[in-house]
Amino acid sequence: MKAETIAALQSARSERRAVVLATRLSDAAEALVYRDKAEGPLAADAAVVAAARRAMEVGRSETVDVGGAKIFLNVYVPPARLIVVGAVHIAQTLAPMATMLDFDVTVVDPRGAWATTNRFPGVKVVQEWADEAFDKMGLDVSTAVVTLTHDPKLDDPALEAALRSDVFYVGALGSKRTHAKRKDRLREAGITDEQFERIHGPVGLNIGAKSPAEIAVSILGQIIEARARRLDALAAPKAAAA
Amino acid sequence: MSDALDVLGQVGTWKASGKGVAIATVITTWGSSPRPVGSQLGVDDSGAMVGSVSGGCIEGAVVQEALAAIKDGKPRLLDFGVTDEQAWDVGLACGGKVQVFVEKVN
Repeated sequence: MKAETIAALQSARSERRAVVLATRLSDAAEALVYRDKAEGPLAADAAVVAAARRAMEVGRSETVDVGGAKIFLNVYVPPARLIVVGAVHIAQTLAPMATMLDFDVTVVDPRGAWATTNRFPGVKVVQEWADEAFDKMGLDVSTAVVTLTHDPKLDDPALEAALRSDVFYVGALGSKRTHAKRKDRLREAGITDEQFERIHGPVGLNIGAKSPAEIAVSILGQIIEARARRLDALAAPKAAAA
Repeated sequence: MSDALDVLGQVGTWKASGKGVAIATVITTWGSSPRPVGSQLGVDDSGAMVGSVSGGCIEGAVVQEALAAIKDGKPRLLDFGVTDEQAWDVGLACGGKVQVFVEKVN
């Protein structure tokens, strides 16, 4: 591997760009394959570039045979992103745990007293209304959104925006009763029942979680499960064809 | 934060400071294996390690090959199977098999 390759992989990460590093095992020749371009000595081989783009779609690294040469395709996708709406007590344990799990975490709360960096050391904190923050960040398929404020005027706009996007997970803190009322409100805002069903509410796996840290574990367990199911579904058609 | 890129970050730092460096990558797994495809171990010329390619079962052997790759510059493809407990050889106690690619950082 070239030192420049390492630098390129790191800048792709900071720009949240997916990239595949293709390496020919016989001589360690490389190509860096992006969605829109390919670089390096191996990039001249169209079959290698095509195989790398397929691996990027599925999001799984693998060794393939291209014209008799063994090529390892290492897929570097941007880390999944977790947006936590509500800089509340649970968020203070959820954010560092999610960081430990390689999520790129942002805490969003328009209330200045809550959204302070000294309550969230090392975590991105955005003091804005959620829907405005989402517009700037861009919700995508590798993003999870969790609302924790208990306050409809903060949670609802966030849920509406999340449900109109293709984020892979939406969770909302609140009891069954709260969740039923939420359904009525969001319906009035034009959210269909089908869209509403995407919300995990009450949020988290049912493991009897009580403390903020336990609730954070139950939420993160559910997010990990949702992400794994999505990746399995992406990989399934290929497995069936093989 | 991301595991793989943490490893590469450290490897890049070693390289920039003038050390000889190699990277080992899990490229294929069969059966149960402790670390998924794409997992990486960085090794510098003093034998310092960052990251992992197993639960600790094969790192010792991989580091030896990495040090050899730093010296001669040639890539290597290593196969590890199930441990033979009687023979004390290197392998995976969990019963899986892994293939590891080792290359020098240039």
